[in-house]
Amino acid sequence: MTAYAASPMTDRGPAGTMGRAVPGDDAWRDGRLLPSSPAPGYSGHRARYGPLPTPSLAALIAATSAVSLVGRGGAGFPVSRKLSALADAGRPPVLIVNWCEGDPTAVKDEALAHRSPHLVLDGVLALAGAARARRLIIACRAGSATAGRVGAAVAQRPEAGRCEVLSVPPRLVASEASSLVSLASGGGARPLGRLAPIWERGVDGAPTMVLNAETSAQLAVLAMLGPAGFATVGDPGEPGTAVLSVSGRVARPGTYEIPTGTAIGIPLLAAGAPGSGWALVGGLAGRWVEVERLGRTAFSGAALQAAGLSRGVGSIVVLGDGCLLVETAGILGYLARESAGRCGPCMFGLPAIAADLAALVAGDPAAPERLRRRLPVIDGRGGCAHPDGAVALAGSALAALSGPLRGHLDAHLRGGPCGARPVLSLGGS
Amino acid sequence: MARTATDLTLQWNPIDCRAFGLCAEELPEGIVLDEWGYPLLAAGPIPVRLLRRARAAAAACPVLALKLVARSRSAS
Repeated sequence: MTAYAASPMTDRGPAGTMGRAVPGDDAWRDGRLLPSSPAPGYSGHRARYGPLPTPSLAALIAATSAVSLVGRGGAGFPVSRKLSALADAGRPPVLIVNWCEGDPTAVKDEALAHRSPHLVLDGVLALAGAARARRLIIACRAGSATAGRVGAAVAQRPEAGRCEVLSVPPRLVASEASSLVSLASGGGARPLGRLAPIWERGVDGAPTMVLNAETSAQLAVLAMLGPAGFATVGDPGEPGTAVLSVSGRVARPGTYEIPTGTAIGIPLLAAGAPGSGWALVGGLAGRWVEVERLGRTAFSGAALQAAGLSRGVGSIVVLGDGCLLVETAGILGYLARESAGRCGPCMFGLPAIAADLAALVAGDPAAPERLRRRLPVIDGRGGCAHPDGAVALAGSALAALSGPLRGHLDAHLRGGPCGARPVLSLGGS
Repeated sequence: MARTATDLTLQWNPIDCRAFGLCAEELPEGIVLDEWGYPLLAAGPIPVRLLRRARAAAAACPVLALKLVARSRSAS
């Protein structure tokens, strides 16, 4: 793992309403969430970052709203709105940290478990105090290195008795928010559907909030520095930092913490990515984009949206000399195998479009038409967003293949497989 | 002026649905089945003239995967 700080983060500015002076050491210099030298143990963490913040829920709502903090797990939902929903519910909520790293293109949950586990725990514990949470659940993949590190970190804390570490089956959809709610309520780790919002009725019927691990760490930093201190780095419209996972055909794969608004070319350069070709942005539910264009795009919600992209899980897979069609077909096969099998359009639709893409790799001239017919039929018709992400990825691939990569698609249609090997190695359960 | 649309809509639960397809037989104007037998619902409120058959479509589902709900209650 490599930490790459595109600009120093020592200028903390005045402490905000919640913030206070943080001990003057290296804590924020080389990365807020991913310091190059992890604090040794819990006492080392406290010595570096000061006492656990104790903000009120109203202060957290105001602070997350002031810095426009959005969730880092994929959906990009404003954190202040999730917190407001908890406040409106007026009952003790259940909080879940999603530390499962569901998407295979992301490694930031692992990096956070390795380098800043206590910062992640600080965020949810500060929130648990503010919201008077009835249960606090830390969800990790069963048997993963992250689960081991998180379990050890929890055991070091004085609040260990409050934290339940939940072991989640190693399947992609098992870490979907409502799947976690189901598992934490004693059911199976499968989606519950979108008809009953979990912020009204989640675990044990209580209002429930699921926070991605990075989101929880950002919340901790925000509670420590206050909005003004938090906003001393990054894009003014959406300040702070973000953790990117860069992988694929790059010399130095790993995690890169950057101030928001940084041109994506900078972490790509740090990772040793080639200057041309294509990249997948946002995870397996992401979009394809040409590396040249991506490099000029700033990493902020607004700039990504303007480029037709979204931050998703914050990952970038660089294709290099790989084939976008072969890669997409491989991903769709994985997403089809990873369906929870609850909803027909996903259970039958994803294998169908995976087969269509495999047929297209082999040169089937009727495959594009089948895909154009099937994709809109599947979109939005599952109980969770899993099929929607698969459809979006396939659509993005078709757009590239009928645009800039038209020549390569024609080569497949004339001669079948191009011989490129997949860049991502995806297992499947 | 007579109202042409109700404030009701059909809400489909894809997790419960088992593709029996009876809903589409009751309300072919508003429900078609995809290639795997799962319903695709027409968007928007149910017209007054179809309300009775929309109720029948919901009632026909053996697993109660289709419900008639007020539009404000429907999940986005």
